[in-house]
Amino acid sequence: MASFVGETSAMGNAAPDLAIEAKGLVKRFDGTIAVDGVDISVPRGAIYGVLGPNGAGKTTTLRMLLGIIDPDQGYRRVLGSERPTEVARRIGYLPEERGLYPSMKAFEAIAFLAALRGVPLAEGRRRARQMLDEYGLGHAADRQIRQLSKGMAQQVQLIGTLIHNPDLVVLDEPFSGLDALNQGRLEQLIRSLAARGATVLFSTHVIAHAERMCDQVAIIAGGKVPFAGPVDVARDRLRPQVRLETRVADGGWRAALPADARCDVKAGGNAFWYFTLPETGVEPLLRALIEGNAGILSLSIERAGLHDAFVAIAGEAAARALEENREEVEATGRKGRR
Amino acid sequence: MIPERLRAAWVIARRDFVAVVFSKAFIFFLLGPLFPIIVGFFAGMIGASVQHDLDKAVIGIAMPAQQGDQLVAARAAMVDKMPGGAPDFEVIARTEPGATFDARAVLKRRQLAAVVTGTLDAPVLTAPQGRADEWRGMIALFAARARSGEPVAMPAVRTDVVVTTAAHEHNGQVVTAQAGQLLLFLLTMLLAGMVLSNLVEEKANKIIEVLAASIPMDALFLGKLFAMLAVSMVGIAVWGCGYGMMVVFGMRSIPLLATPAVGWPLFLGLGFVYFAMAYLLLGSMFLAIGGMANTVREVQTLSMPATMLQLIVFFLASFALSRPGTVLETVAQVFPISSPYAMLAYAAEHSALMPHVLALAWQGLCVVLMVRGGALLFRRSVMKSGPAKPRRNKVQPA
Repeated sequence: MASFVGETSAMGNAAPDLAIEAKGLVKRFDGTIAVDGVDISVPRGAIYGVLGPNGAGKTTTLRMLLGIIDPDQGYRRVLGSERPTEVARRIGYLPEERGLYPSMKAFEAIAFLAALRGVPLAEGRRRARQMLDEYGLGHAADRQIRQLSKGMAQQVQLIGTLIHNPDLVVLDEPFSGLDALNQGRLEQLIRSLAARGATVLFSTHVIAHAERMCDQVAIIAGGKVPFAGPVDVARDRLRPQVRLETRVADGGWRAALPADARCDVKAGGNAFWYFTLPETGVEPLLRALIEGNAGILSLSIERAGLHDAFVAIAGEAAARALEENREEVEATGRKGRR
Repeated sequence: MIPERLRAAWVIARRDFVAVVFSKAFIFFLLGPLFPIIVGFFAGMIGASVQHDLDKAVIGIAMPAQQGDQLVAARAAMVDKMPGGAPDFEVIARTEPGATFDARAVLKRRQLAAVVTGTLDAPVLTAPQGRADEWRGMIALFAARARSGEPVAMPAVRTDVVVTTAAHEHNGQVVTAQAGQLLLFLLTMLLAGMVLSNLVEEKANKIIEVLAASIPMDALFLGKLFAMLAVSMVGIAVWGCGYGMMVVFGMRSIPLLATPAVGWPLFLGLGFVYFAMAYLLLGSMFLAIGGMANTVREVQTLSMPATMLQLIVFFLASFALSRPGTVLETVAQVFPISSPYAMLAYAAEHSALMPHVLALAWQGLCVVLMVRGGALLFRRSVMKSGPAKPRRNKVQPA
């Protein structure tokens, strides 16, 4: 299993504080480029999101990082190893397409997943029963997977992903198929994993999840990663938006407003102004407004959201695709729950 | 890393073994060999009955005065000296001297295999060509005995029985070799085919990705192969016990085979090892081929060429058995998939052991290579996840 294809290591001395380090990952399928030069650095203990629409290359990237497939080019180092399968015991992975052996009992299925990661069978069984109890699924421990609801089976697989206390947890679209209540529980779980020191890497096409939970994100579109880093840095790619309310809508002070200012005049004569914070800051503008008797009623400066940052970084088309994916998944989820 | 692979293979093998042996389908698998036996038994009974009716040939005798009766008496006196016996004789007419008898017309009318007319001095046998050739000498012998009216003087033959001859021993060992090959073929055919559908379960249940992320793919292959090998051992043990019980409680005798050149204990031991090798070689290939299939239907489509391949391999090994010392025999012994069959036959005919050591090492190496190759192929093809749409339609980064 060659981690290295076609280039020499530029990251031979990997930073010890990184759980995952990848540079220039490329993967082609039948001549089509699925992933095109992806760079990702995931700090240890972080919650890291890979954000992008379906077909952007999220799953392929995760599979390369886990060693399920090898990159055609590029370099990866996971938990200090260039061969991810060698550290598989320290990794927990929940794939997008969930699956368990239907004839296995829930606790046996979890013990089997634990055994795959090196936990002795008896210990795996003991832990499985314990965790099923903790998750409120103790009553289902001796039921076959085929007898469980889809949601319960998903939870069983999630327990199987975490049964061996992994240092790195990789979750591919973990929220898809879950109702709002279980999405909330999963968010809590991910935070608790990070709190105990585990690194969590998850892919999603729901910006809100990434924005709420992630310390860092990689935005992926068309197989490329145009941005990877802290969420705040992504948001700071856009200048903050200013929302200004004035008593009058006109006056000489208007010349001080930036060119992109939009005005919305209300029935009482008050005017709302929206514009990007000028690079000179807000003080010169305020001075001009006061001197021009604009009658400032309110002023707020808002940082850009991750959605706006995503649009700015990945483009309108990617954002539209992301939105479509989210709607599709929600519709499927509603249909499934009905 | 090797212990880790073996540990992972053990986890897979344990799961698969339990899943298969404790499934209802396994009962049917164990009963599997009964079906051909039952079908064979009934087919044999029907065939024997039909053959019995067909074999009851009767030759009609149409001769003047007492000549027909004399011929019948001569047959009765000599029939036990005839190898394979003689057909029944029935006097159908006592003709007048010089009168003609239309034997052809009688053969068209009556259920007779042949008709003898003429006289004892000049008998005429009317029969289809094959029967005429077969019975001409017999009729002449009986006619001679009937004409003389006295027993033909036949000297007593003293017998000096030997245990065997070189030719007899060799022939017996060839039969043992053939029997060994046939049994090996039947067992591998019964079991290796099961491996074809082995990875479909993981693919259908979508657990394959978790497995691929957790353990090396060749450990998965190895685990599955050894699980099925263990399953097959359970099957063989059950069938062996069943056969033993049939012998003890029902059957009167076991078909006796000549002692193989290496002796029975070693031959049976080699048979076991060669079965394992044949199974692992074919199994690893079928596992790789079956791994390409996504559905049971695709597996069914693949099973026909897979069976044909097994047959070709068996025929190659069988044919090589009849060509000792030729290139064909060497090819069959060296070609990995036919090697276990050919080498088992070799064990029946030759006492040398070193060729088996070499063959087993070679076969073991081939198993490792095929497992690794199959795992690589499977890993490349099964985890293919390209973009949802062709690249030109994909969203482009800003």
